[in-house]
Amino acid sequence: MEKTKKASNGLSDRASDIILVIITALALVIVAYPLYYVLVASFSDPYDVYAGKTFLLPSGFSLRGYAAVFADDNIPTGYLNSIKYTVIGTIFSVVMLYITAYPMAQRDLPGRKFLSIFFVITMYFGGGLVPTYLVVKDTGLMNNMWALFLPGGVAVGNMIIVRNYFQNSIPHELIEASEIDGCNKLRTFVSVVIPLSMPIMAVMVVFSMVAYWNDWFTALIYLTGSEKAALLSAALLAGCGGGSSSASSDEPKMETDQTAFTIMGAQSALSPGYTDNEVLNKLQEEAGIRIE
Amino acid sequence: MSTATATASSAGEMSPIRKKPLGRRIADNWQLYLLLVIPVVLTFIYKYIPMYGIQIAFRDYKASKGIWGSNWVGLEWFERFFTAPTAGRMIKNTVLLSLYSLLWSFPIPIILSLIINQVRFPRYKRVVQTVLYAPHFISTMIIVGMIRIFLSPSGGLVNLIFGTQIDFLTESSAFRTIYIASGIWQDAGWGCIIYLATLANVDTTLYEAAKVDGASVFQRIMNIDLPALLPMAVLNLIMAAGSLMNVGFEKVWLLQTDLNKATSDVIAVYVYQQGIESAKYSYSTAVSLFNTAVNLILLFIVNRIAKKASDVEFV
Repeated sequence: MEKTKKASNGLSDRASDIILVIITALALVIVAYPLYYVLVASFSDPYDVYAGKTFLLPSGFSLRGYAAVFADDNIPTGYLNSIKYTVIGTIFSVVMLYITAYPMAQRDLPGRKFLSIFFVITMYFGGGLVPTYLVVKDTGLMNNMWALFLPGGVAVGNMIIVRNYFQNSIPHELIEASEIDGCNKLRTFVSVVIPLSMPIMAVMVVFSMVAYWNDWFTALIYLTGSEKAALLSAALLAGCGGGSSSASSDEPKMETDQTAFTIMGAQSALSPGYTDNEVLNKLQEEAGIRIE
Repeated sequence: MSTATATASSAGEMSPIRKKPLGRRIADNWQLYLLLVIPVVLTFIYKYIPMYGIQIAFRDYKASKGIWGSNWVGLEWFERFFTAPTAGRMIKNTVLLSLYSLLWSFPIPIILSLIINQVRFPRYKRVVQTVLYAPHFISTMIIVGMIRIFLSPSGGLVNLIFGTQIDFLTESSAFRTIYIASGIWQDAGWGCIIYLATLANVDTTLYEAAKVDGASVFQRIMNIDLPALLPMAVLNLIMAAGSLMNVGFEKVWLLQTDLNKATSDVIAVYVYQQGIESAKYSYSTAVSLFNTAVNLILLFIVNRIAKKASDVEFV
């Protein structure tokens, strides 16, 4: 009895290995093919893509999409801005997360419950677009890089994750040991908790990086009046869309007027009399729709 | 013996610490409060003061008069919203779109991470993870561009496969599927990260013990991995449910055409169009306040259910 069970278990292990690999491989193809297709399409002749001739290999090799992207003077500046904002924003966010999550992880901290509610409420209830805009304006952050970071303040959802990690995944014995050795709370934080929390810190760094890299809406609202907004957004979009630039057109022949675009992007998205989604249309053209 | 006395004495030292008076405990933790100063101040200024500014939803806000100088109009803006011909449709679309999104996109990362975690070939596993993460890094605008290519009536892959010539973006019946499927394609792999990190902490001796006991992979997943994931899953569910009404407006708006508005017309887009494009600050704030209120109600319901289902500490 015992033996047959073990044998069947070995077999089912191998069988389940195969099943697991098949499922993951399927997921792999579903996710990877569209990305691969965009890459292939970006090297293909736009009309071949349009006619549905491109599948696995580029058809009618063409670099026109890339030529259009690299000919754009705003791309290098925009890229530099994006990188700068992403780096500073990420450092700021992770520091904020840590200095909030560590005190919140102390179960015996007086007032912890109150502070916890104080932070969590902001996750679910906020002033909304217009009232927040008014506060940012009043605190003098318009056209200031910090407008991208400060209003976000503490990312409460991530803070809870870090807090739970501090509470559950860092051995209590180590913290107690360091306290017995005479470390105060701050010293314990710096010398024990931070080094032991590298896995979650890595996750948080990636989370914030992605958020800042893909964020163009905040820049568009708060960096108004300066060219930065347009440059940043344009570069973010064009940068991400470089691969798909020759391909993503359904509308034939769209002349992008760069000057008009900059003016539109620089104009306040909140300014009165602003009709139609011209900024977005322009951005969209910048991002993907370029066809000769 | 000596260890027993050591624990006894340390326990003896611990208990008087707990009984310290409140003032003393606060003084002991001054460093922690110092750490919290900046986060609390920022949160107060940029989260709580705007909440106070919500009152422009009840006023006829004029920038020149300021919040206090603007006339109080009561519920006029809310009345206007509810009597708008498309209000019912927008509420329904918002709820259904986010509800279906949640139902489909919440379980998939959990299933996926349970499967990936059990794959025993480390290199292959890493390739799978890396590829599955990739779409998350693509901005919404580009995703929409890609959707357009793939769904294009002429030469789009989907139409080529099915041999049809349908312009899916003009079909209101296809809108939710497009929105949700592309959302899963983009973010399911990314959603795995947090679960895989949790699974990485599962004690490997448990697996070995299970193997010795003759548990199959499926049994190991059900009895070891799933319970380990549950707290994180519940936490994610609560957070997701709390933002149920917050349909990201970017993607909906970019996918919206005049012909699919029957299902793609959502509150978030309306708030943006009214508040930003038409500069109706007060009206826009009123609509978004309504949206937030519904959100809060949903949050309380889900939070209560989650608390009963498992004792996850949330607040």
